[in-house]
Amino acid sequence: MALPVSSRFSLTSRSSRRTSRRLAADAGLLVVAATFALPLLWVILSSLDPHADLKVKAPDGLTLDNFHAILKPDITFTPLLNSLILCGSGTLLTVVCSALAAYPLSRFQSRLNRPFLLTILFATSLPITAIMVPVYALFVQVNLIDTMQGTIFFFAASQLPFGIWLMKNFMDGVPKELEEAAWTDGASSLQSLVRIVLPLMGPGVAVVTVFSFVMMWGNFFVPFMLLLTPDQMPASVSINEFFGNRGMVAYGQLAAFSVVYSTPVILLYVLVARRLGGGFALGGAVKG
Amino acid sequence: MTTAPRQATGPDAPKTTPGPAPHQQHPHNGNGTGTRPRARIRILTHHLLPLSPALILLLLFLAVPIGYCAYIAFTDLQLTGQAHSSFVGFENFRTAFKDAEFLNAVWLTLVFTVLSSLVGQNTLGLALATLMQRASKPIRTLTGAIVITAWVLPEVVAGFLLYAFFRREGTLNAILDWLHLPSQNWLFTLPILAVSFANVWRGTAFSMLVYSAALNEIPQEITEAAEVDGAGGWRRMWHITLPMIRRSIGTNLMLNTLQTLSVFGLIWVMTRGGPGDKSQTLPLFMYEQAFQNSMIGYGTAVALLLLLVGSLFSVLYLRLLRTEV
Repeated sequence: MALPVSSRFSLTSRSSRRTSRRLAADAGLLVVAATFALPLLWVILSSLDPHADLKVKAPDGLTLDNFHAILKPDITFTPLLNSLILCGSGTLLTVVCSALAAYPLSRFQSRLNRPFLLTILFATSLPITAIMVPVYALFVQVNLIDTMQGTIFFFAASQLPFGIWLMKNFMDGVPKELEEAAWTDGASSLQSLVRIVLPLMGPGVAVVTVFSFVMMWGNFFVPFMLLLTPDQMPASVSINEFFGNRGMVAYGQLAAFSVVYSTPVILLYVLVARRLGGGFALGGAVKG
Repeated sequence: MTTAPRQATGPDAPKTTPGPAPHQQHPHNGNGTGTRPRARIRILTHHLLPLSPALILLLLFLAVPIGYCAYIAFTDLQLTGQAHSSFVGFENFRTAFKDAEFLNAVWLTLVFTVLSSLVGQNTLGLALATLMQRASKPIRTLTGAIVITAWVLPEVVAGFLLYAFFRREGTLNAILDWLHLPSQNWLFTLPILAVSFANVWRGTAFSMLVYSAALNEIPQEITEAAEVDGAGGWRRMWHITLPMIRRSIGTNLMLNTLQTLSVFGLIWVMTRGGPGDKSQTLPLFMYEQAFQNSMIGYGTAVALLLLLVGSLFSVLYLRLLRTEV
């Protein structure tokens, strides 16, 4: 394996070039990371700072007073509970309906499957924002305005296209042969879906669940339009009403509330991202 | 969508094209001796029944509102004190195209979309994904975590964070002061730029993930061969990498644009569309017309235009997916 001198030289120069390129890439990434981190640093430092203002600075001593001030029923617990009811029910509805819908689409052939899936895919990318004004007008007429169930139904419907699409793709990955055995034993479709297919696509169901929940938890416009009573508002709207409409804003408390409100979705994301190796499932799903 | 040509090019084509081999259908469908009506019932119970909850929700809460949108866009429906609305034809649209505020909103939406989606998220996402291929692992992980956190945060929280960042007393001006550069009240002087940057901050992770996945699929040998041939970094990017990931670029551009077109909460929290209407994109204009000016009909006409533009992009996206795979 003795290499000629020239080639060995070129090898070392190439590897040193590779090292310098890696250092350049590291430096570039660090600059972007630092820039992106600034607003995140602000919210974390301010939430612990007794005299928080609008810029990133070292806190004047650490305190949990901001958290104590906001962890009260009317400011935090009621809105978070409302968010949980809205997003939990909406997600449950989305996951159940999309699992049921994905089953025939994945398992049985029909000439309607393709047009249906294309329509679904088309609907996934429609700007939901644009139909909120007519949805409001419609909800007023059918007395669904300012009701939790109306908002839940709309949340579920708006997430369903993507839910069905994801669920169908994950289901296609479960081999049919496993069910055929169950069919010959006389299991119904529903039984084989619940007992065989869904357990085998656990990560897929987790992705659909977490994705729907995170989308609803962060959604501002839908509850902003469809709910009117302050008692029913989820955190995404109440944060804005509570802090935006007061002359003197307590930035430390705003930051503390933001931390409390954001933590669940970040944890959920970390949960599925680790199970699926870096969140590429979503990238892959988007690619079809 | 039923008029879509049925060539077997789509991602799901092999499964759903009407198969020429009927014996493969319905593997559990007895032993093929089922009579016609029984087959019908089977299709009904096996195919339509599980689909029905989703279909009902989609029809009632998505299809009906879209239809209703197309209807009230042609009426003078108002929010309050009106017995019934009347059909006004294309009046709302004629008003819109003569309305300086509407044209302003169209222009700002265009600026917002081009700056934050086409230029910002897309380019930065590609740059990050490319750098991540070469960077050392800890730094790659750290950057990924920070950028993705910005993406996962609720929209309103992202709005507050960037509001604090761009305010006169905020972080950006503090940094500019420290560098002895002129500072200014960004949300007042250049609000559309501020909200565009906010959208880049919030949305770049998506492009980064899409491009990372795409770059990982490029075989190592190809880049190495180009390297041996002496192609420099930029030339390799231009002649090899970009052509090989062009479909991901298309997909990513479409989805970014669609997401950007419907941004409301971020801008609402940061500027409320102001000062004046200097950051009022179409969704905010639509909201103002419908609720602050009580003109639901007019607001819906604007919404319908937004929906049409969105549908156009959506169809383009479908076509891109069809040529893929």
